[in-house]
Amino acid sequence: MNEAPSAATGALSRENARAFLHQMLRIRRFEEKCAELYSAQKIRGFMHLYIGEEAVASGVMPELTDDDAVVATYREHGHALARGLPMNEVMAEMFGKAAGSSRGRGGSMHIFSMAHRFYGGNAIVAAGLPLAIGLALADRMRGQNRVTCCFFGEGAAAEGEFHETMNLAALWQLPVLFVCENNTYAMGTALARSESNPDILAHAQVFGIDAEAVDGMDVVAVNAATARAVEAIRAGNGPRFVEAKTYRFRAHSMFDPDLYRSKEEIEAWKQRGPVIHFKEAAAAAGVGEDDIAAIEAEIAAEIEAAVAFAEAAEWEPVEDLTRDVTTPADEATP
Amino acid sequence: MTGTREISYREAIREALREAMNRDERVFLMGEDVGAYGGAYACSKGLLEEFGPERIRDTPLSESGFTGAGIGAAINGMRPIVEIMTINFSLLALDQIVNTAAAIRHMSGGQVSVPVVVRMATGAGRQLAAQHSHSLEGWFAHVPGLNVVAPATAADARGMLWTALEHPDPVIIMEHATLYNDRGPVPAEGDTAVSLQGAVIRREGKDATIVTYSANVKKALAAAETLAGEGIEAEVIDLRSLRPIDDATIMASVAKTHRAVVVDEAWCTGSFAGEIVSRVAEQCFFDLDAPPIRVCSAEVPIPYPRHLEEAAIPQPETIAAAVREALRK
Repeated sequence: MNEAPSAATGALSRENARAFLHQMLRIRRFEEKCAELYSAQKIRGFMHLYIGEEAVASGVMPELTDDDAVVATYREHGHALARGLPMNEVMAEMFGKAAGSSRGRGGSMHIFSMAHRFYGGNAIVAAGLPLAIGLALADRMRGQNRVTCCFFGEGAAAEGEFHETMNLAALWQLPVLFVCENNTYAMGTALARSESNPDILAHAQVFGIDAEAVDGMDVVAVNAATARAVEAIRAGNGPRFVEAKTYRFRAHSMFDPDLYRSKEEIEAWKQRGPVIHFKEAAAAAGVGEDDIAAIEAEIAAEIEAAVAFAEAAEWEPVEDLTRDVTTPADEATP
Repeated sequence: MTGTREISYREAIREALREAMNRDERVFLMGEDVGAYGGAYACSKGLLEEFGPERIRDTPLSESGFTGAGIGAAINGMRPIVEIMTINFSLLALDQIVNTAAAIRHMSGGQVSVPVVVRMATGAGRQLAAQHSHSLEGWFAHVPGLNVVAPATAADARGMLWTALEHPDPVIIMEHATLYNDRGPVPAEGDTAVSLQGAVIRREGKDATIVTYSANVKKALAAAETLAGEGIEAEVIDLRSLRPIDDATIMASVAKTHRAVVVDEAWCTGSFAGEIVSRVAEQCFFDLDAPPIRVCSAEVPIPYPRHLEEAAIPQPETIAAAVREALRK
């Protein structure tokens, strides 16, 4: 699982800094490799890259225990990796191989791992929110004190499911951490063009949910905000909402010609990107150029191994096409 | 059934709910007005007082939100019964049902199980007009990953719920709203649980097979009564399960009678009845002495005035007429 301890207590230790940097770079390089593989047609369908947003998943995950649950979206590669799913399995899933985390059946948008309480991976915007409150409801009803962490984009705030979920979470005081990754674009539509009130926090606060905005490019700030929120949830104080202001450097998906934003805007955000942003803080904590080189080498090796694993992995036989749809009658009842 | 007592379909459901709640602490009921109101169709009347607000859980008007929550709760170890007041409102929850409940087992490579039961009232016949009279069971029966049942009798209403709760995958229970008052026998003692699968022959006959489900079973039986007076013995099959479909029972009957009439309150075009007719044509073509006939609702949004609504949906007279038509050819 993730080895980066919380940085919430103030001073950034060298160990923590190294861990945050490693995770963000690991996600970055993985996504870059996926882009290459997609162009080489090894990965097909829809693929949504997390490049630029790495600080959010990297900052949030260390605050969750193995026992907590994670619900994510179709832009979930970074979340899956930060949650601890083996890179081999995630890469094999991207390829559609049987050794993939969802046995190849889901692909990029449907990465699942019950072993990591990682409930996907969802291609319907906002559909993960009702799922998340359901997971949390079960925990509450069974007296299990654990957190369900639900990631979604700001585009989800327009969906009816979002409002229904906020209401239910507040009404039933469910132990959910809502993390809104506001990258200001829902596919090609800027938030200002789609929301009568673009204040995302207000969308949660109107239901009485404590909400906080944080610089999503600052992994330490994300981590600290998450720690505060998770502590409140574990204390039984109901749901919490963190808005991480972030930005994706690549297009919405591999199909997106990215016509709706200016090159200047993208470049400006790149200059404040999560890795660039953090290298100074990391250097101050004692993570030098040699450390970074070692990290990059380790990551490169891990990715190379994952690609080799995926390439070598088997395809599921076509004869198995209709398995895992529903439980057969003779197995359905004990 | 040996040793029976007679109760209403509604009472059967209430008993089934109570039994399930007592038998398994993971079971809970959630939906609009299931608690304080006692259930829109009074199925859960009294249960709030008996089991409390955590387990008889009133929800806001948020079909998508609470159905998704039921799905999540099922994934995480509970056994929720999600009551969507009627199939008309289920359209708001269709995404959660189709894109999560039905698909997640497969999308996750077999990792995620969703043992949720969704109950909904269906159908026309009470002058509730176009938006409150749908028969969209076929839309749910269309989707791999879902199990869809339509109990037509008090005994099936009594016995399907527990079996559905034990099933590791989603089960949708379709309760036609005109059945709630109907009385029928249920086992007087012992296990009331029944299989979710297997069609049942409700009336034997040799001259024609009527295949149907839900409230049309009693209409088909009424038609068969009338036809018997004319010397025509119709066999009436109650499908009970719409997904999966019991082909064997249907085809054995058609092989015997050589004539098939399928009754469905849905509109003909794209209907579930069309699916049955396709299967009969595929599997029993050379046993047929006449083309299969569908008796469905007229292609019109269900109208309010009584005489028009009655004309729009299947009736014993139109079912009997279809059987006569099949025998004329």
